[in-house]
Amino acid sequence: MSKKIRSNTLGVNLNRRTFLQGALTGIAASALPFGTAEAFDWDSFMQKHFREMSDEEVKKVIERLEKEASLEWQKEIHISAAKAKPNVKFGYGLDLSRCIGCRRCVTACVKENNQSRTPQVQWISVLKFKKGEKWIDLENSEKYYNPKKVPEEGSFYMPVQCQQCENPPCVKACPTKATWKEPDGVVVVDYNWCIGCRYCMAACPYGARRFNWAKPDIPKEELNTETHYLGNRPRSKGVVEKCTFCIQRTRAGKYPACVEACPVGARKFGNLLDPESEIRQLIESKRVFRLKEDLNTEPKFYYFFTGWQVK
Amino acid sequence: MSVFLSAIQNVFKGGAKYYAWLGFLGVLIILGLSAYFQQLDKGLITTAMRDQVSWGFYIANFTFLVGVAAAAVLLVIPAYLYHFKPIKEIVLFGEMVAISAVIMCILFIMVDLGQPLRVWHLLPVIGAMNFPASILAWDVIVLNGYLFINVALVLYALYRMSLGKEYKLALIFPLILLSIPWAVSIHTVTAFLYNGLSSRPFWNASILAPRFLASAFCSGPALMLIILQVIRKFSKIEIDQKAISKIAELIAYAMGINLFLLGAEVFKEFYSGSVHKAAIEYLFLGLNGKNQLVPWIWTALAFNVTAFIIFLIPKTRENLLTLNIGALLIIAGVYIEKGMGLVVPGFIPDTLGEIYEYWPTRSEAVITLGIWATGALIYTLMVKFAIPIYKGQAAEGSK
Amino acid sequence: MNNTGRFIFAFVTAGLFFALCLSTAAGAEEKTKIMKVAKEDHGQKGDMPKFLSPPPPENFPCSKCHNYKATDRKKRKLELAHTNIVLKHAEDQRWCYDCHEGDKLKLASGEPVDYSKSYNLCRQCHGTIFRDWKTGIHGKRTGKWDGEKLQRACITCHDPHQPRFKQLEPEKPPMKPTDIK
Repeated sequence: MSKKIRSNTLGVNLNRRTFLQGALTGIAASALPFGTAEAFDWDSFMQKHFREMSDEEVKKVIERLEKEASLEWQKEIHISAAKAKPNVKFGYGLDLSRCIGCRRCVTACVKENNQSRTPQVQWISVLKFKKGEKWIDLENSEKYYNPKKVPEEGSFYMPVQCQQCENPPCVKACPTKATWKEPDGVVVVDYNWCIGCRYCMAACPYGARRFNWAKPDIPKEELNTETHYLGNRPRSKGVVEKCTFCIQRTRAGKYPACVEACPVGARKFGNLLDPESEIRQLIESKRVFRLKEDLNTEPKFYYFFTGWQVK
Repeated sequence: MSVFLSAIQNVFKGGAKYYAWLGFLGVLIILGLSAYFQQLDKGLITTAMRDQVSWGFYIANFTFLVGVAAAAVLLVIPAYLYHFKPIKEIVLFGEMVAISAVIMCILFIMVDLGQPLRVWHLLPVIGAMNFPASILAWDVIVLNGYLFINVALVLYALYRMSLGKEYKLALIFPLILLSIPWAVSIHTVTAFLYNGLSSRPFWNASILAPRFLASAFCSGPALMLIILQVIRKFSKIEIDQKAISKIAELIAYAMGINLFLLGAEVFKEFYSGSVHKAAIEYLFLGLNGKNQLVPWIWTALAFNVTAFIIFLIPKTRENLLTLNIGALLIIAGVYIEKGMGLVVPGFIPDTLGEIYEYWPTRSEAVITLGIWATGALIYTLMVKFAIPIYKGQAAEGSK
Repeated sequence: MNNTGRFIFAFVTAGLFFALCLSTAAGAEEKTKIMKVAKEDHGQKGDMPKFLSPPPPENFPCSKCHNYKATDRKKRKLELAHTNIVLKHAEDQRWCYDCHEGDKLKLASGEPVDYSKSYNLCRQCHGTIFRDWKTGIHGKRTGKWDGEKLQRACITCHDPHQPRFKQLEPEKPPMKPTDIK
């Protein structure tokens, strides 16, 4: 095999094989989808951790993000950075004797929080169990039930979403502190800081966290333009998200969307530190329990029973 | 200095087989890169990972390779500390395996990230490293530290060799002493990564760290056995058969311990019979009609037991054919058991009782092959670089 | 017994009897007082929450057509009017006249109750639910968790004649991970 030899000062031999390799690499590189890749933004790349930013810096970041989002969605998008109110710790109650498994909470949540439709992201999972069977371990749950009408005879339903633990294993696991617990008890994610390693998803005992496996796709007309930086603002692919107790609503004093959507009043929400709130009342007067309490995660999502449910 | 230059030159000098090998690796790397750029563009949806099984083939390979990297210490201990001459001469090849393995580990993590450009967020001071709470933060520190130690040791040893001198033990002794517990720790920390999650009962077992170490001490040296024979064949480096036999003997003990620990785990899960046995039941017997991994784990077990017997009996250990079969069996067996057989069942059933059977997509396979090819390429180039230095040393020694 | 003894006996007995009568009367008054207090809505835990009520039906008030002179109060199946109302709510124990009286509702004691305060009727039997409702544990709440909370009157969600909820059509199930591409 004849060799094309070019010698240089280092005495390096360059033969056909090496040349071919280099050429192939070059051709392959030119076939790379650079045009379709998301544009590289220096400000976005260098953005600091949310908790390390001053109020001024946060304002600037929000301005940039609002501009970007409004441009992309062709709508005026507002991103709030409302802080936690003092003397507030959010709690949630779910009346298992009332839930009929209609999933209207799931739909309301998806719309309110701008979750991707394709690929589908749903923060709330409603589990169906057969009455009289083992259920608290969740091994016998059914998520994909699809009858004509609910509730089905002999079944009961249990929705699960982020439990907003007081001792959150996801916060412990996150290597970049991209997820943390806010003073009002909500566990939040800084979508611009998350590196998408998904360790938090492995750590969550409730399957509450979702990953954006692709770029989130939402029909423009359904986009909710009132958002919060730590809540329902439009996200990018490759980051983790989850229920935030509708932080954009609850920090403005309103009930979460799922609470208002439930047609049978199974969902309860309020300030755990307020003795007059319904959440405190029900914890103190009903037999409440929390999921997987043996793991000591201290969820703020309480399940309870009031009446007996229809057969 | 001339030795150094000739070493670099040697990287480009080689016969048809050498360039065919490089070409082959090059093709795999290019294909891998192409698939990765597609993944960067579309997102991780090109993989088969979903919310229910959020870690898959990439992390499986990562876990296996951390074990391989840790096992370089197996050669280090007798070489440096006990001056077991046969191993002493070839320990550098082991450390070079460790370097390639750690680089591959880092690459597997990088391709698994949803936002790889943000990896600087992991750093302390300029990022927001969650140390000491996050075990992943620990893993970043220990893996990079291990890489640094091995690179330092290899460069120093080669430098001394190129001058025709022995390495100054006094100078590198602290590093060597550090590298032994450090090697154990990289795999312990990786085990703790899984072990510390109370959300996944399959992983939340104290036995995980010992099992990781035991299987690491099988797979790493087994890979070394094969690599050393290749080096012996293709270069004029002399590798004492005694070294190979010693490594094989140590592998036997490590596999024995690994099998015992597996038995202990199986007993605990099936005998106590709580709901937490669901994952191991899925792995070995299938669950609710889902049994995708069952043939794989039993194959891995058969490989491991066979290899154990081969390595235990001196006759089969000495015979090169059975030795190599055994080595390949162990590599395959541990790759399955510690790769897909560890990561995937951790997510099956998921925390809400759902079973999603994960199997890697073609894109994941191509990227994985690309990374293995990268590691092989790095190792090949390092060895090619080191050989003239060794030969120089050998020449000196024979004078 | 001598005369003094007889006198003392009579005195004590009469006194006791008189005291008994008084206490019964007082008890009755006490009972009425409780019902009156309830009517003025000072429950155990304080004021009533703010709640939405459905609008009255078209033909209200009933005295537009009825003069309430009917005397047949025997339980029967209605054939001339209100045939659309089928009672499925303790229907073996009662019927229309047990709760309705003229333009108002009626408690078990016979006391009339305005339609705007129909919850007083429900709470007679469903006291525990009423207690839960006042604290916001029963029934839907909307509005502000730290401001004006809005609830609903019982009859907003429950048809008083057939209070059991009908089944609903559920929203679509989530996509399986194998289908998400």
